[in-house]
Amino acid sequence: YTSHLRIEQHPHEEVPAKKLRLTKPSKSAALHVDLCKASSPTDALQYLLQFARKPVEADSVEGVVRILLEHYYKETDSSVRLKIASLLGLLSKTQGFTPDCIVDDVINTLNSERSHQVLAQLLDTLLVIGTQVPESLNMRHRLIDVACKHLTDTYFGVRNKCLQLFGCLGSVDKPLPRESEGGGTGMAAKDVQSIISDYFGDQDPRVRTAAIKAMLQLHERGMKLQQIIYNQACKLLSDDYEQVRSAAVQMVWVLSQLYPESIVPIPSSNEKIRLVDDSFGKICHMVSDGSWVVRVQAAKLLGSMQQVSPHFLEQTLDKKLMSDLRRKRTAHERAKELYSSGEFSSGRKWADDAPKEKVDTTAVNLIDSGACGAFVHGLEDEMYEVRIAAVEALCALAQSSPSFAEKCLDFLVDMFNDEIEEVRLQSIHVLRQISTHITLREDQLDTVLAVLEDSSRDIREALHELLCYTNVSTKECIQLALLELLKNLTKYPTDRNSVWKCLKFLGSRHPTLVLPIVPELLSTHPYFDTPEPDMDDPAYIAVLVLVFNAAKSCPTMTALFSDHTFRHYAYLRDSLSHLVPPLRLPGRKLTSAPEASGLASSVESAQNFLKESLTRVCSVQQLDAPGAQSLLEFTIRDLQRLGELQTELAGTADFCATYLHCQLLLMKALQDKLWSVAVPLYLKQNAMVSGAAAQVLEETYKLEFLYSGLESRQIASIHHVRLQAKALQLVLLARTRRGVEPLLSACEKFLHEVDAFQRLFVTELPHFQDSFVDKLLDIMPRLAGSKPADLVKILQTTLRHSCFPQLKLPEQIRRATAAIIEPTGESDNPLRFTSGLVVALDVDATLEHVQDPQTTVKVQVLYPDGQSHVIQPKPADFRKPGPGRHRLITQVYLSHSAWTEPCQIDVKLLLAYSSSTSRSLGPRSAWNESTEGPTPLESTIEGTIPLSKPVKVFIMPKPARR
Amino acid sequence: MPEIKVTPLGAGQDVGRSCILVSIGGKNIMLDCGMHMGYNDDRRFPDFSYITQNGRLTEFLDCVIISHFHLDHCGALPYMSEMVGYDGPIYMTHPTKAICPILLEDFRKITVDKKGETNFFTSQMIKDCMKKVVPLNLHQTVQVDDELEIKAYYAGHVLGAAMVQIKVGSESVVYTGDYNMTPDRHLGAAWIDKCRPDILISESTYATTIRDSKRCRERDFLKKVHETVERGGKVLIPVFALGRAQELCILLETFWERMNLKAPIYFSTGLTEKANHYYKLFITWTNQKIRKTFVQRNMFEFKHIKAFDRSYADNPGPMVVFATPGMLHAGQSLQIFKKWAGNEKNMVIMPGYCVQGTVGHKLLSGQKNMLDCFLFILCPTPIAPPAGLSMPGISFSKYSLEVKLQVEYMSFSAHADAKGIMQLIRMAEPRNVMLVHGEAKKMEFLKDKIEQEFTGISCFMPANGETTTIPTNPSVPVDISLNLLKREAAFGGPLPDPKKPRTMHGTLIMKDSSLRLVSPEQALKELDLNEHQLRFTCRVQLQDPYSDTDTLSRVYNHLKSVLKGYTVQHLPDGTVMVESIVLKVSSSAEDPNTKVVLLSWSYQVTPGCTIQGSQLPH
Repeated sequence: YTSHLRIEQHPHEEVPAKKLRLTKPSKSAALHVDLCKASSPTDALQYLLQFARKPVEADSVEGVVRILLEHYYKETDSSVRLKIASLLGLLSKTQGFTPDCIVDDVINTLNSERSHQVLAQLLDTLLVIGTQVPESLNMRHRLIDVACKHLTDTYFGVRNKCLQLFGCLGSVDKPLPRESEGGGTGMAAKDVQSIISDYFGDQDPRVRTAAIKAMLQLHERGMKLQQIIYNQACKLLSDDYEQVRSAAVQMVWVLSQLYPESIVPIPSSNEKIRLVDDSFGKICHMVSDGSWVVRVQAAKLLGSMQQVSPHFLEQTLDKKLMSDLRRKRTAHERAKELYSSGEFSSGRKWADDAPKEKVDTTAVNLIDSGACGAFVHGLEDEMYEVRIAAVEALCALAQSSPSFAEKCLDFLVDMFNDEIEEVRLQSIHVLRQISTHITLREDQLDTVLAVLEDSSRDIREALHELLCYTNVSTKECIQLALLELLKNLTKYPTDRNSVWKCLKFLGSRHPTLVLPIVPELLSTHPYFDTPEPDMDDPAYIAVLVLVFNAAKSCPTMTALFSDHTFRHYAYLRDSLSHLVPPLRLPGRKLTSAPEASGLASSVESAQNFLKESLTRVCSVQQLDAPGAQSLLEFTIRDLQRLGELQTELAGTADFCATYLHCQLLLMKALQDKLWSVAVPLYLKQNAMVSGAAAQVLEETYKLEFLYSGLESRQIASIHHVRLQAKALQLVLLARTRRGVEPLLSACEKFLHEVDAFQRLFVTELPHFQDSFVDKLLDIMPRLAGSKPADLVKILQTTLRHSCFPQLKLPEQIRRATAAIIEPTGESDNPLRFTSGLVVALDVDATLEHVQDPQTTVKVQVLYPDGQSHVIQPKPADFRKPGPGRHRLITQVYLSHSAWTEPCQIDVKLLLAYSSSTSRSLGPRSAWNESTEGPTPLESTIEGTIPLSKPVKVFIMPKPARR
Repeated sequence: MPEIKVTPLGAGQDVGRSCILVSIGGKNIMLDCGMHMGYNDDRRFPDFSYITQNGRLTEFLDCVIISHFHLDHCGALPYMSEMVGYDGPIYMTHPTKAICPILLEDFRKITVDKKGETNFFTSQMIKDCMKKVVPLNLHQTVQVDDELEIKAYYAGHVLGAAMVQIKVGSESVVYTGDYNMTPDRHLGAAWIDKCRPDILISESTYATTIRDSKRCRERDFLKKVHETVERGGKVLIPVFALGRAQELCILLETFWERMNLKAPIYFSTGLTEKANHYYKLFITWTNQKIRKTFVQRNMFEFKHIKAFDRSYADNPGPMVVFATPGMLHAGQSLQIFKKWAGNEKNMVIMPGYCVQGTVGHKLLSGQKNMLDCFLFILCPTPIAPPAGLSMPGISFSKYSLEVKLQVEYMSFSAHADAKGIMQLIRMAEPRNVMLVHGEAKKMEFLKDKIEQEFTGISCFMPANGETTTIPTNPSVPVDISLNLLKREAAFGGPLPDPKKPRTMHGTLIMKDSSLRLVSPEQALKELDLNEHQLRFTCRVQLQDPYSDTDTLSRVYNHLKSVLKGYTVQHLPDGTVMVESIVLKVSSSAEDPNTKVVLLSWSYQVTPGCTIQGSQLPH
């Protein structure tokens, strides 16, 4: 698609360039004068530096280039020539300028240039030009020839640039033509790859790096690299210079992805292995490289080598331990054995890690060719960058291999104890991601749970999240987890919600494990009545959440409940309905019966209902007005109720209801017979209508920005409604205001918007048949020429006689919501602080389905005196605990002058939007590109939508004491 | 043949009193100067009489290098420099220089004040010795003299531990001292560049061990401490003042911080406080985490760890105490141990190795009833148990104490294991390896492994006093004049190709100690010599009746017809020139018919075929 665009541009751009030569732009003239004036090279350099600071318009580039070249030939000082060469490169990047015309000149200067530095710079310029004009095959060949010629230069910079040229411009499809105009040397006959690979052995490490990079560039551009360079690349892995090794690691990786299955021999033996295994071993080796940059790179790449054989993969976690030549078992192995032998908790016995059998000295391989212990080393590395990379690689590999996941578990759990929080957090996340493959053993769970006491909130919450997804093996594990979570709850009461949620999942995942411990958990006794626990105790609620969720899929459990448990169930089901599932309780058949009839079908029926309502609404235009209005009203009411009942459809239903509400408002405003009478006496009526129009406008912004999952068709519908509302406003304006001036500009603006609508939604127009905008577009040419008064008249009639388009629904619409968890707004203790100073208020909120919250979500603080502050939280304050969800934990600074009484302020979240961003957010890119050109007249509208309910906070600024 | 000689005076197939002599390029260097912990007699110090029987060492040694502050690497230093006599420079890193005198002083106090030995170095001697020290920075190349240079690399192990590269010309030796290839909580891993030394002298304490991941051990340690503290028990960790103690402190400190624990941690005062002070100072020598965060907070400024007072041991409630010494054989750690031993809630964690005969060793071997030995240490003369000992929980019967508290062993060692040693060899790519500082049997194994897995590297493990000689092949640098190089480069291809050696013409001038390659003309000019032309002449007799000139012209004509493709000239002065060969004809004095043809050519020309067999036609 882009190439299509480019070709279009060419003829278009050529015209002004030609014009220019005649007029000679002032800018280049000024430069010319400056350069002529320059008496010494330093002066000239100064002029050039100044010149480089200002942008040059596309029209005058060519003129400037001519002047620069002219000066170039005269100049004797190489630094000035260097600057000119770099300027040429800079200029050819100017948008809208096609640099083919200066290629010849640059190549000519190249031939006569003596200074190596300038040569390198000129080649760089050529590189820029070459990348600007990627389609011209002819030019590419020429540039490649030039590069061939200079490849043998003695200066490393020139060779570097030549190799870069090869990498960026070397033809991907076929070997270079034998005979081309400029070069004709023997080199041209060879293909690009072999030319580049000749420089793998260059004496300068920078050139070696450049050669590998050029090769990688070719690969990126789609050329298939040949397998023969594999051996060379492997040799480069032991280069003396880190940048070479770093590039070589990449190269080996690329080759391993290209030829995973081909067979390579192992040196010094007759065996052969798959190439991917061989390279895996080699990259593993690089994890213990001397340079940490290489180590990071190697560790990262390991993660993406998923075709490697499991045998090799498992070696990475294996480090044969020995002590005094005796085989020793790792702590992990010992823990596992202890566990399987039934004896838990170790370390009591002195020397239980004593080495066992003797090791055959010949069999021990201290540096192995293979992957032995690569991850063990990586996870123990000094630099945390390496450790993080290793953890991530483990994750990637474990996700594709369950058996490996099982094996790496111990190592990941060990990482929970890292000294850097970032690493700990990352390893918890990773464990969560692979948790589908694994079941934690008791001793492992024990280590995992130890982290619950961490003082960092992020760590704890990540761990809760992990526990939500974990499978455990025994009922002791459940008990252990519950115990630790309760401990956590007492130590950090703010974790309440997170802990409850965690227990909810734990319960629903392991009903059979929970069942045997229910009497213990609820502390019931077969003979004695036990005291009724305190219903407000968070720990007790936590236990109940676990039990109730387990009971959901384990009907026999309810028989173990005592009376008060049922009461508590009823209470919790109401107060914490998101944590407590509906249960089938013995004496309450009635309430549970409809629920049991099948949730799936109810969703379906709700969907059907929604569709039916929408089709019903469609017929609205045919009905007479009052009937239509009441139908709309009913439908809106139904939809709103539906949204409350069916959480899956809440977003969709809400969206429809709001949309229909807009229609209703419009209809009401238009149906009114009175306002169309052209008299300014009906002020009250006017006020009603203008209010409706304003409300519709506001609603359309909500529709557009608050809901995610919209397709361009729905957005078009929204814009259509907005257009109608604007038309209405325009008509109103015409009726209420005297004077043509304001009306004229308003009309112009409106027409522009119609035009913009047409451009934006070209593909959607067929769906808008017979609608308001369709009719307008039909008579558009006439409109553009007509007077404001006529226009208003036309608008008025079109508005009244157009039907509104049917709303087609996409798969799923989600409404952005937010809830402030903290502050709760229940506190009676005012937050006291000295006036004029600031106080920090902790805000904790969850956001659902908000796209890009870092830029859009803001916190608003409204003081009782009407002052309001909007605060933009730091991007780092947003965490992403799950898909579609965000968590905002931030501090808001409050300040005010002194009050006499404590008073409440409102804190709420806002969603900021601007109409210019809406396009780039849109799902389709087609109309995104077509509007690339500047549309300066289009005004961007910015505003905010309230996102959450306001929370009241009691504050009390005291006067400062003297 | 130039060679490097290495002789261990200590640490050859042995652990302790590291002292290695190196002769390289005519320079003598002493690496480390340690003492042996196991001996109390003369064997405690290296045998310096190996160097010279009488007199001072100064004239035999060019410099002394100390790798780190452990006594088995620096303990004999004042003895050597002050008592035997050495005035040359002693090199060590800044932290070593700071901490070393403290340890030496401590060592001196114990031997002189406690054991009552005489003929030992004094405090003043330690001070005098330290005055001779020249501090080193990491990666700084220090010129000892014009030819000898040394460079320090990071070694991990303890604060300020360094590996040193010693270089004379192109010959070099790397000495590792003690090093650690896995980072720990306060120090990073050893690192060296690909310096390709002629010989790498490496420690090999753990030559036959491959260690488990550090994290397991750390986690175990923390878990045990945490559990005991949660139970309300007290934890005693006997440590030595420097090194591991700091690592464990950092470990506990961060854990306390992370887990929000409140139980107090104490650190016995004295030496340790001073040492912690130096740890705070030398942040650049620690690991990544401490280095990066010290601006916000210096990790060695402990929040939770406070100084210990004797009375705290009786405080109720949980606590953790670090106390010296590490083997529970005397001092504060033993006192605390005896107070806490009776309670099964308490725990003692032995973080290191314990020598036989100490309480620590008995504990580790599982002895539950500490008999007199224990009290014997407390009070050399057997008396009734002191009043302070009769506390609840400890039952004394016949001077014995029942040990009820839990005993744990946790090894935190900071030496490279077999894999680590191999990794270092791979990093440095030496031509030879020498193993020191380890047991002979274990070295044997590693030696085999090294020779087997690195082709072309030979490995040595000399005993004390045994000299190893390694022939070297030093490259001799020669300066070449740019003009000559350019001229020669112009002949064949622009790039020097390392795979294809080329011959070139030039003159090698050896003047003073510099070697230069210049063009012959320049050499003549510089040496003020005249150019001599070397010509070969040869006489050939011909029987020819004609006159001289005729013969000449006949020769000329003949040559002209035979030697096609050569320039043959008849010059007016009566000579014929074939290329650069000159021919002259003269008749012999006796016989006018016998003509003598004189041939003359310069040395570059190999005329061979020109005249050979050219019979003049008659």
